Amino acid sequence: MRIETCYFCSSRIYPGHGIQFVRNDCKIFRFCRSKCHAAFKKKKNPRKTKWTKAYRKTAGKELAIDPSFEFEKRRHIPVKYSRELWEKTIEAMKKVEEIRQRRANNYIMQRLRKGREVEWQRDVREVQRDISLIRSPAAGLKQRQAEEETEMEVEPETIEVIDAKGCKQVIEAPVMVPATGEMIEDGGDIEL
Amino acid sequence: MSLYNFKKIAVVPTAKDFIDIILSKTQRKTPTVVHKHYKITRIRAFYIRKVKFTQQNFHDRLSRIIQEFPKLDDVHPFYADLMNVLYDKDHYKLGLGQLNTARHLIDNVAKDYVRLLKYGDSLYRCKQLKRAALGRMATIMKRQAANLTYLEQVRQHLARLPSIDPYTRTIIICGFPNVGKSSFINKITRADVEVQPYAFTTKSLYVGHTDYKYLRWQVIDTPGILDHPLEERNVIEMQAVTALAHLRAAVLYFIDPSEQCGHSIEEQISLFESIKPLFSNKPLIVVLNKIDVVKPEDLPAPKKQLIEQLEQACAQGNLVNADSNSELRTVPVMRMSTITEEGVQEVKIEACERLLGHRVTEKMRSKKVDGILNRLHVAVPAPRDGKERPPVIPPAALAKQQQRAAREARKRKLEREIELEQGDDYVLDLQKNYSEIPEEERHDPIPEFWEGHNIADYIDPEIFDKLAELEKEEELRIAGGMYAVPKIELDETMREIKDLARQIRNKKAILKDESRLTKQSTKPIMPRTSRARGRERSTTRLRDEMEKLGVDMSDTKQAHFTRTRSRSRSLSAPAAKRARADTSRSVSRPPRDTQGVKDVAMQKKAKNLAHVAIAKKTKKMGLKGEADRFIGTKKPKHLFAGKRGIGKTDRR
Repeated sequence: MRIETCYFCSSRIYPGHGIQFVRNDCKIFRFCRSKCHAAFKKKKNPRKTKWTKAYRKTAGKELAIDPSFEFEKRRHIPVKYSRELWEKTIEAMKKVEEIRQRRANNYIMQRLRKGREVEWQRDVREVQRDISLIRSPAAGLKQRQAEEETEMEVEPETIEVIDAKGCKQVIEAPVMVPATGEMIEDGGDIEL
Repeated sequence: MSLYNFKKIAVVPTAKDFIDIILSKTQRKTPTVVHKHYKITRIRAFYIRKVKFTQQNFHDRLSRIIQEFPKLDDVHPFYADLMNVLYDKDHYKLGLGQLNTARHLIDNVAKDYVRLLKYGDSLYRCKQLKRAALGRMATIMKRQAANLTYLEQVRQHLARLPSIDPYTRTIIICGFPNVGKSSFINKITRADVEVQPYAFTTKSLYVGHTDYKYLRWQVIDTPGILDHPLEERNVIEMQAVTALAHLRAAVLYFIDPSEQCGHSIEEQISLFESIKPLFSNKPLIVVLNKIDVVKPEDLPAPKKQLIEQLEQACAQGNLVNADSNSELRTVPVMRMSTITEEGVQEVKIEACERLLGHRVTEKMRSKKVDGILNRLHVAVPAPRDGKERPPVIPPAALAKQQQRAAREARKRKLEREIELEQGDDYVLDLQKNYSEIPEEERHDPIPEFWEGHNIADYIDPEIFDKLAELEKEEELRIAGGMYAVPKIELDETMREIKDLARQIRNKKAILKDESRLTKQSTKPIMPRTSRARGRERSTTRLRDEMEKLGVDMSDTKQAHFTRTRSRSRSLSAPAAKRARADTSRSVSRPPRDTQGVKDVAMQKKAKNLAHVAIAKKTKKMGLKGEADRFIGTKKPKHLFAGKRGIGKTDRR
């Protein structure tokens, strides 16, 4: 008896479960449940069906290539039973499984960490672009003006201007008001 | 198959039917049209033909009857006697003889009238002669009416007689009425003879067949016979006597010692004595039936004695008049019970055996057997001298034989032998023969799975080296900090950004929802239930929103929110009201597209609106333009007419 793998979703099929299809070229397709069988009958490609193991491996969602996968294999070389070999093998299996698990988990965690960075970047971009939705650029404008006025009572500068006709005229110089809503340059520099 | 089959005799019609059949046949099979202007020879021929045809038919029919009925002189004496008993030989012969004379008479009548017809000179006279001829024939037949009915009855009875083959192996059962003859035949054959608890249930002969030694045996059940002189016997008894007299068969004489049949043992024995001549030279068995009721040993003394006397007589006296060295000289007395079936088979086997033996000896006596015996020869060579000549085995072959025997003895125990030794405790154990595996490991249950993995997939002698390599690599990885989880800590600003981003997203979602709601319907729908919409654009709302966005709106009580001035320095404000376009000149009737439109701008706008509306409509309904009122065929012929095949009603 063997634990087979599902042709479609690559899950385990324990003895007495699932269904088999033998094509007329003798290839055996084993399915763990009717869902997989139905998908196969609809000619779905397991590599393009999101919920399968095959998809996750091809799409890089899971660890696919690693030496730790090389241990579990059908070898087709009959080995005579010896108790010692079997005992040692079971111990080895445990170790292999531990390492494989660790690597697979690490792979996924690394992948997810990348997502975090992307999230931050998105947050920063959002704030840079659309801060005006929650805070008007005109907010606090008057106070600032008032502050500036109290700071320095600036005499309005007068400028002598000769107009086109050649007459001299004195006009008030425009006050240069610094831009209030400074755009936020980057994530770390925001004024409240 | 059977030699005598009386079932095939054709039906004998009654006299009236007979005449009707023949005359109608004449009418059907001879020409019917004749005219008086025909030549007289033709007319004569016409009527002669009719007379001759009728006579021929009578003749044929009568001959057939006479031929088909069995001639008493030709059939087996058994049948002849039986028919004599049943139908009275004289009557039967007379009946057939009279038919024969009738046939002759008819022939003579026809001959006479044909002769007369040759001299007939007109159609009328010829016709009268024909009528007279046919009439006389019919009269002759009419006289045979009683004869014909008698023959018909005989025919019917003959057809129902059992088909008894007088030459085959036969067993005849006889005895007093109600002694169990029919029960016995029912037991040993498949004949379904009626069995009732009264005398003369069986009124005629019955035949059944049974198998013994791959041969077919005919068993005849006879009606009971009473003990009185032959002349007084009735028809039913006579049938039994006929069968006994003429068939060369084994005879079973049934005696009922329990006397349930209503006749005492003395009567039964005296009947046996009186019909003894009928058993001469036949295998005879005396059967004591109904031993389930009373056994002969348990009978009262006088009756018991009678039985013993009978047994003695049977054992020694040559009851059946057999030849001196025949095996028939002794007659066995057997016991049986048809109810418990005790002894039934024994009686049958004994009867068959005796009959078979008798028939073989009979045959041996006849001349025919010489032809067969001549073909047989068994040669037994006579010994030349008294010397022993045992078979010679060469010493080499002998040694080989011994060797083989020794090898046989040394052979290991077979599984079958172990099984026989242990009996029910035996369990087939093939693992003990796994000679290449150490003794104590042979019976290990080999594990197959570990946590969803096939252990067999990991079995590989090189796996340990590979594992060691993998572990080394893994150690390096751990040492290199590959699995160390980097600490991600968000600083103050980052956390603020995150919070702000969340707020912005919320706001965006709200805005999105709102706009969706307003955009949802593009049509100007004003349902009855809706209330008048309040003005949305107001200074208070502006103020509120701006305050929410953090702008200080404290001193805007008196503010006059107007449009900001444009950059142009021109102080001229736009006209508060536009001038009406159509009032400038008096026109009797303005064109329709300018009617009721305030000014050029309005007109332009209205045109634009109309254009959009038209475009929308045409696009939606697939029209060519605003004026397209085309309606395609409302009921396309091909969709509504004709037979419906496999297609659908709407598209075919």
